[in-house]
Amino acid sequence: MISFSHVGLNYRRAGSGVANAVALDDVDFEIPEGGFRWLTGPSGAGKTSLLKLMYLAITPSSGRIDLLDTDTSRLDRRGTALLRRRIGVVYQDFRLLRHLTAYDNVALPLRLARRKEVQVRADVSELLRWVGLAGRLDHRPEELSGGEQQRVAIARAVIARPSLLLADEPTGNLDDDQAERLMHLIRSLNRLGTTVIVATHNQGLVARHPAPVLELHDGRLTRHG
Amino acid sequence: MAKRHASRADRIGLRAAMADRLLPFMVAAMSFLAALGLAGSIAAGALATHWLSGAQGLMTIEVPTPSQPIAANGPLRQDAILTLLQATPGLTDAHLMSKTALAVLLKPWLGAAASDGTLPIALPAVIVVHSSGKAPDAAALGVKLASVAPGTLVDSGARWAERLAALTTSLRASAAAVLLIVALVAASVVAVAVRAGLSQRREAIEIIHGLGALDSDIANQFALRAMRLAATGGLLGGLVALPVLAWLGILSASFVTNAPAGGNSLIAALPPLLWASPVIFTLATALIGWLAAQITVRGWLKRLA
Repeated sequence: MISFSHVGLNYRRAGSGVANAVALDDVDFEIPEGGFRWLTGPSGAGKTSLLKLMYLAITPSSGRIDLLDTDTSRLDRRGTALLRRRIGVVYQDFRLLRHLTAYDNVALPLRLARRKEVQVRADVSELLRWVGLAGRLDHRPEELSGGEQQRVAIARAVIARPSLLLADEPTGNLDDDQAERLMHLIRSLNRLGTTVIVATHNQGLVARHPAPVLELHDGRLTRHG
Repeated sequence: MAKRHASRADRIGLRAAMADRLLPFMVAAMSFLAALGLAGSIAAGALATHWLSGAQGLMTIEVPTPSQPIAANGPLRQDAILTLLQATPGLTDAHLMSKTALAVLLKPWLGAAASDGTLPIALPAVIVVHSSGKAPDAAALGVKLASVAPGTLVDSGARWAERLAALTTSLRASAAAVLLIVALVAASVVAVAVRAGLSQRREAIEIIHGLGALDSDIANQFALRAMRLAATGGLLGGLVALPVLAWLGILSASFVTNAPAGGNSLIAALPPLLWASPVIFTLATALIGWLAAQITVRGWLKRLA
């Protein structure tokens, strides 16, 4: 289960007259295990900040966050790292490692989990073939198009079958066919028990795949359901 | 363009982040200096042991007016003392220094008068005594000898041995300090190389950290690389130092043995510890590289998150 209880997040603004900028204010919601939520709202509403809190990149200024039944405020460095392994993230800017090939980028979560290389090879090759990159395994990110990089990022996020999948505009660089294939993959994972939260501006996508919506405006949750 | 996949050992693709050209040579230079320091320490120890073995087992006895009898119809003072010394347990040899040898010894101070018999006073007899193991207590021996021939003086090598021991301790402490400084410099060199690698791969490390890498996952990648590079440098420095040390060993052989300088074989020139120095420095620098990298990376990661 994912639980946000009165979560607030303030950013310090150095050099400005304002002491703190409020990114999130009293955000309160729960998502059951295996749930699916769209995360919507205008730019600057706090969607990315909310996702960052969920993938443990930042800590809240106030309130309590429980991820996968774990109180994140009680985690030490090792506990944080191990919880991160159960969370797959598709970043808006892909965040691929430029010095590694597509294959090695996707293999990273499995290698961190100490999976056997034989199993890594089988799983990574299969998934990259599934996302249409069978012939691009040995290419580095700079040699791939934006859409291909996004598919590599998606493959990396789901390769270890995470308990929680977070995606920030995952279809932004994909054509309609690819976007639908991606949604099919995400829905399949969701049906297998993965909790999924997808941040998007794409209202058409939301309409084609109906699910409860978390809507943010100016850092406040204005809709949940 | 096809690329090789990350190797099995480099599972998260970070090991190549550390530059590998300069580090082994810098560590090699440190190893070379450390080898010289180690050799200095061993040489000081050997020299001191050699000198101490001579100083500790030697005493000189001065017998004034040696040609006078100790009593009417009694033996000469020098003979009486010599007889007593030869009967003393623990003394292996006691012999009278010849007048010629004594004259040679005193010539710098007395000139020709030491040998031509023109001195207005009689020279004391000098008896050289060697002991096995620890010499008898010089003070007690002096009292015993003075009771037979009043005015007899005993000069033992104990004070000289104490000074030598203090000098040896100082030399060894200095050599240890040199080794410690060299080790710290080598660790600093490794730390700087690791920090450069961390800065170069900062973005990648942040991503890998975000994927759930433990601090140890990242630190081990850098540490393994640093260990290999440092060990290569250690081996290189140790090997380069060997012929230099062997040459110094040959030159200094006459100071610690009775062999003439340059007369020893290459094999015999170095003690076993120095022959093993390439292995020792390889292991030591590997350890230094590993530890320095681990400490540097873990500290850096704590500041990162």
